[in-house]
Amino acid sequence: MYALVDGNNFYVSCERVFRRSLVGKPVVVLSNNDGCAIARSDEAKALGIKMGQPWFQCKHFEGSHGLIALSANFSLYGDLSDRMMSIAGSFAPRQEIYSIDESFLDFSGVPGDLVATCIEVRARVLQWVGLPTCVGIGPTKTLAKLANHIAKTAERKPGSYPSALAQVCHLGAMGKPELDSILAATSVGEVWGVGRRIGAQLVDAGVRTVLDLVRLDPTTVRRRFSVVLEKTVRELQGTACIELDDAPPPKQQIMVSRSFGHAVTRGVDLATAITEFTSRAAEKLRNQHSSAGAVVVFIRTSPFRADDPQYSGSTTVPLVRPSADSAELVASALTGLRRIYRKGYRYAKAGVMLVELQSQYLQQFELDWYDKDAELPTIGSGAGHQVNATPQRDRTLLMTAMDEVNRRYGRGSLHLASAGVGGASRSWSMKQERKTPRYTTEWDEMPIARA
Amino acid sequence: MPVNEVGQAWVWSILNTIQAGFPSPAEEYASERVDLNKVLIKHPLATFLMRVRGASMREAGIDDGDVVLVDRAVKPCHGHVVVAVVDGEFTVKRLWKRGSNLKLQAANPTYPDIVPRDGQTVEVWGVVTNAIKSMQK
Repeated sequence: MYALVDGNNFYVSCERVFRRSLVGKPVVVLSNNDGCAIARSDEAKALGIKMGQPWFQCKHFEGSHGLIALSANFSLYGDLSDRMMSIAGSFAPRQEIYSIDESFLDFSGVPGDLVATCIEVRARVLQWVGLPTCVGIGPTKTLAKLANHIAKTAERKPGSYPSALAQVCHLGAMGKPELDSILAATSVGEVWGVGRRIGAQLVDAGVRTVLDLVRLDPTTVRRRFSVVLEKTVRELQGTACIELDDAPPPKQQIMVSRSFGHAVTRGVDLATAITEFTSRAAEKLRNQHSSAGAVVVFIRTSPFRADDPQYSGSTTVPLVRPSADSAELVASALTGLRRIYRKGYRYAKAGVMLVELQSQYLQQFELDWYDKDAELPTIGSGAGHQVNATPQRDRTLLMTAMDEVNRRYGRGSLHLASAGVGGASRSWSMKQERKTPRYTTEWDEMPIARA
Repeated sequence: MPVNEVGQAWVWSILNTIQAGFPSPAEEYASERVDLNKVLIKHPLATFLMRVRGASMREAGIDDGDVVLVDRAVKPCHGHVVVAVVDGEFTVKRLWKRGSNLKLQAANPTYPDIVPRDGQTVEVWGVVTNAIKSMQK
């Protein structure tokens, strides 16, 4: 049996851990450059704000309904995610982290009441970190994912499903009539891996609900649709056949993580693993024509080797500017690894997550001086490396023009956006007016408690 | 923490006697520098740091500017110093709890206790386990 533990409105929930006044209010978290909503509180969903909706389209709710918009704070989300994953991972012998807020727990061969265990996972994450989650349980990952959707919907929209399924839903422990009625009440578009296009095709073919889909013959599905959908149908029928690597990628971040076959202790071995994971993630990133704004790196020991000293570290490394360049992403990931690596521990798992994804074509160039195809300059990119797949353009004219502007209007009026001026982080280059403090990762930004 | 050289040699000789043939007891039992994280933080996944502002906990030894370690895995009990949420803000106070009655006590006579009004709920966010006070402000 698999259990999918998934944070509710994850980024909003992270913000609410330290800003309790946001509880009960409509809140959205905006993508970098404050472009569009990438997380919504239930109250914001109730206003009709859609995932990915541009901010200018929902801005009017600020005045009319007290909508609060925040800039994404990935340092905070990365740390709270790491805590949540570590807690959830301590309940099952195997855990696969799927995204910043989702992980599959593999309970195969574990005796006991799974629902009771998952209620405890949920309670502990809520108590220890302050994050609400829902847990979906099923014999395959696709069913666990579907169960999770049902657990969430049952909680958020009372009446949509039996209330007993709210928060923790076990599709593998139901009688057939009950299961069928639940699958019949769920539209086919909610199934993991059924995208908008395939979903529309299915509906055209008269396959509207998950029950309709389950009842199809897998071989026919392969012939009429695809091998991918055939696997989905088999998974819904209870036959596990999707490995996480082949699973549909999460929408907002790219994650590559592994449990090591045997404990790893040396930094150099971790570096090799992190390099490999980052390269793989970068490949996925380019496949979907995106670039990443930050790299999250984590390493941890095994909670199941009770005699081992326990350690888990995670950090978020922002990039000077969004990138899809493997070398640049790897360099950032390794910078992160150096920051969190501690000697003397037996590491069991490591991973890399690319976050703040944006379409490559939407990238904002500070000034359109560069060839779109040319490599962007990496001057002072922090990691102290030079990465150039293509020869850099001769920027003599540019420099001359810059000097001229600076002479005329004063030093510093114009600088290279990628130059990391004054050693500052790139916060200056990003429009993040509504960002909350990095409460848990910066000594100078910790929350204030009045006394 | 410095270890007495003689003492260490003694411990090792004992270990060698007990575990004769064991590859390298020195490696297994090598002293490690005391790690404050391990000593002070019992539940690392559930522990957060907060900066204290204000003087209401002075007599409990918590001053303005101190940093407190807040453990969410500890069950809040009567007498614990806690971080509670009052009107959406974090506040440090001592928890007074008798039956279903609850209030937040200041540790400074010039500050009033916080007694929840009827129907008002007090959220205890976490339990303060330690305070860090810098002597070089």
